[in-house]
Amino acid sequence: MTESVSTQPGFDADTRARLVADAGEVIARYPRSRSALLPLLHLVQAEEGFVSPHGIELCAELLDITAAEVAAVATFYTMYKRRPNGEYSVGVCTNTLCAVMGGDQIFATLKEHLGVGHDETTEDGTVTLEHLECNAACDYAPVMMVNWEFFDNQTPESAVELVDDLRAGKLPTPTRGATLCTFKQVSRVLAGFPDGRGDEGPAAGPATLAGLRIYREQTSAGRRRKATEKDGEA
Amino acid sequence: MSLELTPVLSRTWDQDRSWTLDVYERHEGYAGLRAALKKAPDQVTQLVKDSELRGRGGAGFPTGMKWGFIPQGGDKPVYLVVNADESEPGTCKDIPLMMANPHELVEGVVIASYAIRAAHAFIYVRGEVVHVLRRMQAAVAEAYAAGYLGKDVLGSGYDLELTVHAGAGAYICGEETALLDSLEGRRGQPRLRPPFPAVAGLYASPTVINNVESIASVPAILRHGPAWFAAQGTDNENPKLRSKGFTLYSLSGHVTRPGQYEAPMGITLRELLDLTGGVREGHELKFWTPGGSSTPLLTADHLDVPLSYEGIAAAGSMLGTKALQVFDETTCVVRAVLRWTEFYAHESCGKCTPCREGTFWLVQILRRLEHGTGTREQMAEDLEKLLDICDNILGRSFCALGDGATSPITSSLEYFRDEYVAHAEQGGCPFDPAASTVFAAATGARPR
Repeated sequence: MTESVSTQPGFDADTRARLVADAGEVIARYPRSRSALLPLLHLVQAEEGFVSPHGIELCAELLDITAAEVAAVATFYTMYKRRPNGEYSVGVCTNTLCAVMGGDQIFATLKEHLGVGHDETTEDGTVTLEHLECNAACDYAPVMMVNWEFFDNQTPESAVELVDDLRAGKLPTPTRGATLCTFKQVSRVLAGFPDGRGDEGPAAGPATLAGLRIYREQTSAGRRRKATEKDGEA
Repeated sequence: MSLELTPVLSRTWDQDRSWTLDVYERHEGYAGLRAALKKAPDQVTQLVKDSELRGRGGAGFPTGMKWGFIPQGGDKPVYLVVNADESEPGTCKDIPLMMANPHELVEGVVIASYAIRAAHAFIYVRGEVVHVLRRMQAAVAEAYAAGYLGKDVLGSGYDLELTVHAGAGAYICGEETALLDSLEGRRGQPRLRPPFPAVAGLYASPTVINNVESIASVPAILRHGPAWFAAQGTDNENPKLRSKGFTLYSLSGHVTRPGQYEAPMGITLRELLDLTGGVREGHELKFWTPGGSSTPLLTADHLDVPLSYEGIAAAGSMLGTKALQVFDETTCVVRAVLRWTEFYAHESCGKCTPCREGTFWLVQILRRLEHGTGTREQMAEDLEKLLDICDNILGRSFCALGDGATSPITSSLEYFRDEYVAHAEQGGCPFDPAASTVFAAATGARPR
């Protein structure tokens, strides 16, 4: 018995105190405490890189519900990891549109290049490869996400370069996002603790602005036309 | 006359630091809220009713009417919940909106909350878009600091708390009652209706749940008036057969210029393609979705159908989220449908048997068809079995996920039955998957 306790040591006193204080902030945001469960699971994931049994225990204790109730929720949502995640979650959208546009080839290439399959982590602990469902960036297909930041318009070659950079400790810049953070750091933002990086990155990519650019061309052409007519009248 | 775009929601997206309060205020930001606070809450609801704004999240329910359903004067608190869990395949409008201009949504939230007399509102953002979450968190913090949120909003005496909440990866949470369960800290599983959320929603209290784009459309209605909004879009004597205002059309797939196009309701895909350079060069349109994968597929025969609620419904599909996913002739429709079906099977929450079991079996049969591993006789049976299972899912579950799962199957069998047959005849897929990729030209792949 003591052995199982020693392999599941739980949080040390300082960490626990810090998590309890953070959790108090999260719980205060909601009219009823149980609503804080999803952010609290992100919070314990931010500490350990996955949702551990003692992470589940802590959430249960803080919300006065059973560990079984917490586990039932934690295992329902795909963003909560049951094993230690790599430092970078590398997701390839393989829902229909991205798959057809090249996502299938990108995933196959990465699988071979990294030697890991879906939800598996490279031996060095850097990259966890994942199939993603639609990530709401279809106008940038094929899309990849690294720690939930957008990497738009990918190819098998750019994807290999991306993971090689990650494994070499270089930080590739997301197409629309902030400087890459680790999986744990990002989980903390998801728990509702801003990291002050909101002002980084662009407002929009070219596809987001495609309609607006046509409109600007239309209206400036309209203005020019009006100006010409006016000149003619003069 | 060529199509004219009408950027309203997207009007500031190309401005430097468009996500900040400073830039938003320089573009009439929060002017709609100031106008709303001068009116009584019920007048604001009436104004939104008069605009004829309908839900932009898929169902198209009149927004003002939804607000009007909230029972007033009871002892339970009222809540507003914004559905920012955008995850319907093909749908990609709310995420860029929140990234480029989160304040448009925050302003809409304050106006809507004021109208329904809510003291606490929530924005449920899907978790897989961390930078969007950052922008929303920052915008809410800015709005609090500027007095647009919190105690005594702009000196009006009205108090409002707004909480930004991140999801954790589950398509089903885009379904409004599953979203409520998720926001209550539970597995996201749909609830049986009635009672509807307007009566028993979040914490069994009266709740309005609106899509991001619906709520973000409200400030402009307050700024310019309902008549201005209702002057755009389609017309008909029957209010149920018209679609008013502007909206974001999201064009993706095998097109020259994918992206977001904000235009009046009721434009056609042909007009949009003409304006944007058409289907990718050297190829032709094969099939498309009008509003995400849960809306039945359409073909080149439907290019002139107005992209309005009533127009698309008359063509046998649904406007949905206006996610126009375009596929050219290099795409195998069976492969496309199989992948969507795998998605629905993966995302079925498991609560209702027809959806949970049905989507599982649909995947098994579609895999056999796509890979051509069955015999010809089996194929004929398989096609019948697919339709039979679809019939047993449609309308027999708590929510629309199961219904949506049947859409690509039944519509593809209607328009492309021969292609299913060709798979069995050839003993496999007749298409080269390399030909449909965006990098096909670079690698020299050609359609077989």
